[in-house]
Amino acid sequence: MPSYAMVIDKRRCVACMACVVACKKENDVPPEQYRTRVVEQVEGQFPLLRMDLRPELCNHCDNPPCVYNCPTGASYKRKEDGLVLLKKHRCVGCKACMAACPYDARYINHEKGFADKCTFCDHRLKEGKEPACVATCVGKSRIFGDLDDPDSAVSEALRENHAEVLLKGAGTKPRVFYVKTFSKPE
Amino acid sequence: MAASAMLPEKFLLWAEEKGMVQGTYVPTFCEICFWKCGAMAKVINGRVVKLEGNPNHPGARGKLCGRGNGGAGLLYDPNRLKHPMISTGKRGEGKYRQATWEEALSLVAEKLKLIKEKHGPESVALFTHGTPTDHFLPLLYAYGSENVGMPSFAQCRGPRDVGLELTFGETVGSPERLDLANSKVIVLIGSHLGENMHNSQVQDFTEAMARGAQLIVVDPRFSTAAGKAHAWLPIRPATDLALLLAWINVIITNGWHDKAYIDSYASGFPELAAAVKEYTPEWAEKETEIPAATIQETARMMARNAPAVCIHPGRHATWYGDDVQRTRAMAILMALLGTWGREGGVFMATTAAVPKAASKAYPEFTAEALNTCGYPLAGAEGLTQVIRTATLTGQPYPIRGWIVTGTNLMKALPNQKETMEAIQKLDLLVAVDVMPMDTVMMADVILPECTYLERHDALAIGKGKSLTVSLRQPAVQPMYDSKPGWWIAKELAKRLDLGEYFPWGTYEAKIKSQCALLGISYEELKKVGTIAFPGTANPYITPSNQPEFNTHSGKIELCSNELKEKGFDPVPRYTKHPQPAAGEFRLVYGRSPVHTFSRTINNPELHELHPENEVWLNTAAARQMGLRNGTYVTLINQDGIRSNPVKLKVTERIRRDCVYMVHGFGVSPKELKNAFRKGGDDQGLVTRYAVDPIAGSTGMRVNFVRLEEEKKHA
Repeated sequence: MPSYAMVIDKRRCVACMACVVACKKENDVPPEQYRTRVVEQVEGQFPLLRMDLRPELCNHCDNPPCVYNCPTGASYKRKEDGLVLLKKHRCVGCKACMAACPYDARYINHEKGFADKCTFCDHRLKEGKEPACVATCVGKSRIFGDLDDPDSAVSEALRENHAEVLLKGAGTKPRVFYVKTFSKPE
Repeated sequence: MAASAMLPEKFLLWAEEKGMVQGTYVPTFCEICFWKCGAMAKVINGRVVKLEGNPNHPGARGKLCGRGNGGAGLLYDPNRLKHPMISTGKRGEGKYRQATWEEALSLVAEKLKLIKEKHGPESVALFTHGTPTDHFLPLLYAYGSENVGMPSFAQCRGPRDVGLELTFGETVGSPERLDLANSKVIVLIGSHLGENMHNSQVQDFTEAMARGAQLIVVDPRFSTAAGKAHAWLPIRPATDLALLLAWINVIITNGWHDKAYIDSYASGFPELAAAVKEYTPEWAEKETEIPAATIQETARMMARNAPAVCIHPGRHATWYGDDVQRTRAMAILMALLGTWGREGGVFMATTAAVPKAASKAYPEFTAEALNTCGYPLAGAEGLTQVIRTATLTGQPYPIRGWIVTGTNLMKALPNQKETMEAIQKLDLLVAVDVMPMDTVMMADVILPECTYLERHDALAIGKGKSLTVSLRQPAVQPMYDSKPGWWIAKELAKRLDLGEYFPWGTYEAKIKSQCALLGISYEELKKVGTIAFPGTANPYITPSNQPEFNTHSGKIELCSNELKEKGFDPVPRYTKHPQPAAGEFRLVYGRSPVHTFSRTINNPELHELHPENEVWLNTAAARQMGLRNGTYVTLINQDGIRSNPVKLKVTERIRRDCVYMVHGFGVSPKELKNAFRKGGDDQGLVTRYAVDPIAGSTGMRVNFVRLEEEKKHA
């Protein structure tokens, strides 16, 4: 059974938004709502500035607060591959998952009424394809694969680089890793 | 068919997931910008539900940028031009009635015939951009005029191409033949790759960055690329040439140039060395406000890694009116570092030849074409503003008809007032476009072209590392009463008794015969979208693969004989440009990764991500003026022209002497329901322009603005 994860190499991201548009088309995300985004952070004073471009999406946590806080059992963690998913027919749109998620990864689909989020493009994985955002990522900043496979692109990326997760202190054990900007193990 | 095409996307995607319908992939190439990336259109039940990159295509490599991904937004934009329309009011009033194709085409043909009779065929001009050119330029030539104006030359990359041609005998082509992926040092001068989204080029750029290439970014603004730079040089605008000359000076003074390369391939080194002696880093520091030590350091960085250094020549190069000379300086720098024809620099074009089909010879053009009028080195792409002036003044001869295809002149040309006045002088303005853009809504007759996803177009011949041929074919049938560009040109030709210049039945038939000529299978091309010719790559200089330079001397001209003969500086010389006074800011404009000029502004999928532009202002300057982030301001230029209210972005990311806007916003036709008057129109503020005496192109970063707080806006 695969154990899916994403590694994001921020050095390669240029905030071109290809991932955002591809995701919306692939998953029919309603206008003004997003499953993924690119956060731009600039620090410093002219001319000493530093920029961080950070694609964000559902972290498919191994310790998922959205699942624990779902009162109806709609949100679940799929044992086979680690994806955090949603049984649409059980969701009542109560927003408990939205409140619980520290990554602001969920939204109530305002056309359909249920809580919605990134699925790592589960339907594409079944066809043997990468998630849409990964497939179109112009800078190859998004890397996807199976953590259990030592030869997969994600395993290699995690071996070759120092990586971190967002809000480590929240204890959510995310499956989305970020390559640190200027670091490579000796 | 019509009914099934109306099925909502939601239903189709659900039905596909349930296995009730199946999607098919139709290969084609994109037209949202000019990069022509291979795309696969996923079609379910006659509806394009998604676009993906074609893995076979060298410009796409399986990926599309945000705009390419949003291409279906153009196809299903409810504000598209749907029917031929004929004006019922005065020009610019925007009053139209629906017409049939027969009526609209006959009217255009009749007026074109009348102009030819009264004033001669040279009195009709064509303004064009992108693939419509392949259909309408032959029509113009057949009609008997050579007066074509492409903003892509005089308002964009013209001076760059001329500067490179003067130095190396050829330009870098499009997509540019930059070997970024193998560069050890990349130098971007004003180019903001990433925000300026050119698919394969950005792929190569990020590849280089991940492999540890050093990046030098020269930009008054802390761009996305600057965010990745090892050296960001926030240069004083309009002084780029000083920096380039100082770099050349440092490299020659220290003897860091590639002597063997210069000896074999270049001429004019002694003249160059003598001419740049005065341009020391200390001198350049005063002009550019970049410390002399930084200039030395960055020059050393380049020299140490030569020849794997890529000096990006940029693309939109019409800045200050001495743009050919600025490109010349970049080209000289490339030559000194020996990067032309070397890995990591500029690779050489494939020399594979493309056979051309025999076609009927065009009538001889008797009048003097306006293309090179007064500018000895302007190109065949023409000078838009020269045609505009001729239209206004009737000199050297009257221009009475404009055909405008695929370009929004109001947003492309400087000084909109002049464009509007010229349009008022015309007997005929006909526009062929997909969207009701500013210029379209001033036309007498509007001919709605279908989108790139609904039509055939000319084969795209790619001359990168190897020769490639790509096909555009319809993914779906044309919606509404829109027609392909080739059909419109052919039907017009028929009505002008020029049918013999368009001898083929359908464009597909023409493509088939071209494929036969190229020796490739049309059926195969239809399936894969792109065919590459193996063994046609010869990118780098080797003992057996020597470069040819098509210059006067047959060598790289560090000192240009051609310029000398024509009375220009043979080696670039620094010219000082005026700087804004206190309280004024130089208006600098650029690109957004999700928009192409003004043409994507209304696309629902892209508009959502970037609905309006902001004007960037330095924090300290804003504080001094009492302006707060997020308020709306009006920009007023030196000629008193006022902009729409524009949102203010107060940021540390820009120098104090300039403001920055993304180009293309603030469109005026109310038919563009998403984008109407949203954001500011930078082009409206570009009333002043500096014409390059060599190429005739219009430098447009020479306008100064003041900012005034908008009181009424919420």
